[in-house]
Amino acid sequence: MRDITLGQYFPADSIIHRLDPRVKIVSLIAFIVITFCTFNFYALGLVFLTVIAIVIASKVSIKMYLKSLKVIIIIVIITSLLNLFYGVGEPIFEWWIFKVTWAGVFNAIYVCVRILCLILLSSSLTFTTSPTDLTDALERLMKPLSIFHIKVHEIAMMMTIALRFVPTLLEETDKIISAQKARGADMESGNLFKRIKALVPVLIPLFVSAFRRAYDLAVAMECRCYRGGKGRTRMKQLHMATRDYISSMFTLMLIAGVILCNIFL
Amino acid sequence: MSLLSIKDLSFVYSQGTPFEHTAVDSVSLDIEQGEFIGIIGHTGSGKSTFVQMLNGLLKPSSGSITLDGVDIWSKPKEIRQIRFKVGLVFQYPEYQLFEETVSKDIAFGPGNMGLSEDVIKERVLQAAKFVDLRADLLDKSPFDLSGGEKRRAAIAGVIAMDPDILILDEPCAGLDPMGRDILLSQIYNYHKERGNTVLLVSHSMEDVADVCDRVMVMNRSRLEMYDTTEKVFSRGDELSSMGLRVPQITSVMDSLINSGIPLNKGILTVDQAVMEITEYLKREGRL
Repeated sequence: MRDITLGQYFPADSIIHRLDPRVKIVSLIAFIVITFCTFNFYALGLVFLTVIAIVIASKVSIKMYLKSLKVIIIIVIITSLLNLFYGVGEPIFEWWIFKVTWAGVFNAIYVCVRILCLILLSSSLTFTTSPTDLTDALERLMKPLSIFHIKVHEIAMMMTIALRFVPTLLEETDKIISAQKARGADMESGNLFKRIKALVPVLIPLFVSAFRRAYDLAVAMECRCYRGGKGRTRMKQLHMATRDYISSMFTLMLIAGVILCNIFL
Repeated sequence: MSLLSIKDLSFVYSQGTPFEHTAVDSVSLDIEQGEFIGIIGHTGSGKSTFVQMLNGLLKPSSGSITLDGVDIWSKPKEIRQIRFKVGLVFQYPEYQLFEETVSKDIAFGPGNMGLSEDVIKERVLQAAKFVDLRADLLDKSPFDLSGGEKRRAAIAGVIAMDPDILILDEPCAGLDPMGRDILLSQIYNYHKERGNTVLLVSHSMEDVADVCDRVMVMNRSRLEMYDTTEKVFSRGDELSSMGLRVPQITSVMDSLINSGIPLNKGILTVDQAVMEITEYLKREGRL
């Protein structure tokens, strides 16, 4: 359970950590789009090298990135293999029903590198941005939506609470699993059906405690007179600094670079 | 040969990450059959990690645990057998209840051991008797019980496995004084009747002084003292330097002694203190 790195924040003092979370989110979206708009190897290479540079600049242990890749590696392999065998054109290698073409090889490389970039980038966002900063930034970015009567603050608050309780519930799950294991519960062996059944002694106490916590939190918030987003001020205001403008310029330059690569190389 | 022999036991959390933290640092000790041992220490001193290693829930980073002459990790696939022999009751064990009825929940452990229906039934009744759960509660849903009853039902769930060693992590946390007295005396009676070994992790010096023969004192991941209860609580200054203290009654008696009244040292419970003071007053002819 402790191995889940998704959404985990690693405090460190790096340029990526210090960036305004709004800039990071918008850049991430731009990066993801541009990753899928690379149509030759120069463009792909440019994006990939930039991603690697960001990963290194984030000062988060490479091990953590590898851990986040571990979950997705099977999907990468399967999609790469599928692409490898479904290319059209002259076969360079043939065996039984399998046919490998240059187009297939290229497709496989594209897919593989694109997914890697995607995961590394989103990991670098969650590794370097605390959950509260992240939801703060989302709330600010989604503010324009409130003219359509979308309750942006409430959505952000729900996300904050959900994120806030991920580690708590993980810890709780760990504890309950340990307690049931201490009573001889067998979670590691048996067929699928048996394993699902073995989860019942974990899930029931977990739900009970999640509801208890939700209730307690609601009471605690009401005691402090929380009544939604209207007229609510914030203690920490987000400010754009020079580094944020520079990094935005950098993102724009990358987009330009990729477009140029696509056109001229 | 000791029942449980622990050598150079260490545990490191999140090894190799920025969060690396040594929770238990080369602890060695022997525990004999039939002892009642208290484990005290500040929050975060490594008590809970230590006890979780004893029943194989956590695998030591280094060092060994020998139960009845056999290393508990010699057959990692059969670690469940160790968990039946070393029963561990977690902090706030009532949060682990899940079955439809109390008796089914108590039967969860024995059921996992693969015992027959009849034996399980008997074990459930016996365990319920040890913690004084009324028969009519056994058919209720565990979520309908009161806080203290839930706690006792959960403890019964571990007792029903009939472990050689029973470990309780803060069993009295959050109970009212009456509930605490009842629960402690039930655990003590269980220990006396079955004659098996009990380890009691506690923050309350009074709990430990009331029931334990020997006390382990943990501080900053290390085992600082392991001695009889009297001897440990006669080292009040050292204990307070670790953020612990002696039982209240012991410090009252100590101040009486310091103010010149000739009383014996090493008084741990109120009952002992009453006897000691009556005796003194009789000697003085004031009673």
